Amino acid sequence: MSDVPTNHWPKQPASAAHRPVTTESPGFRVALIAVVVVFLALLLFAPLVAVFAEALSKGAVEAIKSLANPEATSAIKLTLIVAAVAVPLNAVFGIAAAWFITKYDFRGKALLITLIDLPFSVSPVVAGLCLVLTFGANTAVGGWLVAQGYPIVFALPSIILASMFVTFPFVARELIPVMIEQGKAEEEAALTLGASGWRIFFTVTLPNIRWALLYGVLLCNARAMGEFGAVAVVSGKIRGQTATMPITIEMLYNEYLSVSAFSLAAVLALLALVTLTLKTLLEWRFADQLAAANRL
Amino acid sequence: MQIEIDHISKEFGATAALHPVSLSIPSGALVALLGPSGSGKTTLLRILGGLEFPTAGRVLFDGSDATNMTVQDRRAGFVFQSYALFRHMTVFENIAYGLRARSRAQRPASAEIARRVTKLLELIQLPDIGARYPSQLSGGQRQRVALARALAIEPRMLLLDEPFGALDARVRKELRAGLREIHDTTGLTTVFVTHDQDEAMELADLVVVMSMGRIEQIGRPQDIRAKPATAFVREFLAI
Repeated sequence: MSDVPTNHWPKQPASAAHRPVTTESPGFRVALIAVVVVFLALLLFAPLVAVFAEALSKGAVEAIKSLANPEATSAIKLTLIVAAVAVPLNAVFGIAAAWFITKYDFRGKALLITLIDLPFSVSPVVAGLCLVLTFGANTAVGGWLVAQGYPIVFALPSIILASMFVTFPFVARELIPVMIEQGKAEEEAALTLGASGWRIFFTVTLPNIRWALLYGVLLCNARAMGEFGAVAVVSGKIRGQTATMPITIEMLYNEYLSVSAFSLAAVLALLALVTLTLKTLLEWRFADQLAAANRL
Repeated sequence: MQIEIDHISKEFGATAALHPVSLSIPSGALVALLGPSGSGKTTLLRILGGLEFPTAGRVLFDGSDATNMTVQDRRAGFVFQSYALFRHMTVFENIAYGLRARSRAQRPASAEIARRVTKLLELIQLPDIGARYPSQLSGGQRQRVALARALAIEPRMLLLDEPFGALDARVRKELRAGLREIHDTTGLTTVFVTHDQDEAMELADLVVVMSMGRIEQIGRPQDIRAKPATAFVREFLAI
């Protein structure tokens, strides 16, 4: 996995006279670093700090009180349910798609890869509208399901479907390059050693892709919890019922309830930070394995 | 085990990788499939191992038809060109993999597995590397571990794809002797693919010279050298 920092560059003498040919001059380096730091400060840290500052502007008690509000708790619960359903399903789908694309040769492979990328290029709002047009109460399928007492649109199923649509490329995208690079040799070796298909998947394929899979799942999770556009169209924004965290934040903000809005936003940001921390912890814990896997 | 290749052909789409070829390999022989790249030698080896299926023709093991036998049932010890060691497993786990993959009824107890792995590590003369990962081994060591892993399943034959391809000249010489020795002690019918005529001539009992998906000549090394059958053989062996 190429996005993991590794330190096998040989140590270079530090004196300027023996500056390595690939290194820029000190002045240029400082300028480059400064640009990055300013960018990060403006685009990442300042907004994050602002969210927390605004949430706590009337004290921690007010912030916590606003989160205990049934509207907020229902939004948090809904968002967690949506992520808990959409992410595992997309992980399974992503593995299956990546497996199919990398281990077999067939016609239309390029088309399939393009289709997997479709949610990245289609606006989430359009995706939401498509769901309404397919499963809405005035369509054949949607009407029948409403009659059976299982409405799709303006209810939990459509929120999950919309979140899945928007996040389904993440896992497959992360896995395909890794699996192409690793090839089929290890799977073939396991076959000649008498292993069955499932055994090979769990003992050879899955361990080899687990880091890419983890990154894919984390990205997928972050996006599933944060999705706004598609969910806004299909959910109907019913307070306390179909309003996810991002939707509720927007509604609270529009009503000038800034402490409530920013408290909820802070919780959403915290959830993202927790995932990031988890990832870093895992990387740190399994650093030796990662290095071993990269070197072969 | 005696292997019979009976008019095997293989097409990949419109291109023919193997025109019908026939070959009889006596039990316990050490055979080299020799030829330039694209001659079909690796395809033939993979068909023997069950990793490819022939477009037409039959493969017989000890006289019984094995053409449609699955890879797992063939019990062919296969050593891959790049060794294909499981990178996330230790050397010990790599060698034990085939034994652990057996069905519960046929799986040896874990103490027995450990005993066998230790014995194989001794056979390849690397008794102390069980706890290491493949990335911590040299090329020659990886090759020997791959051989031990293939031998662990008590194979009926040994198939090696360019077993010395990625190694430097000195290690190559050493491992050649090692393979000969292992072949002689196990008595396994062994087929290896190579593009290096010295390797084929020095190591094999029987050399099969291939070109463009056809067998040009089959014979003992000294016979081929003395009497090359075609202009291609003469040129390729630089006789």
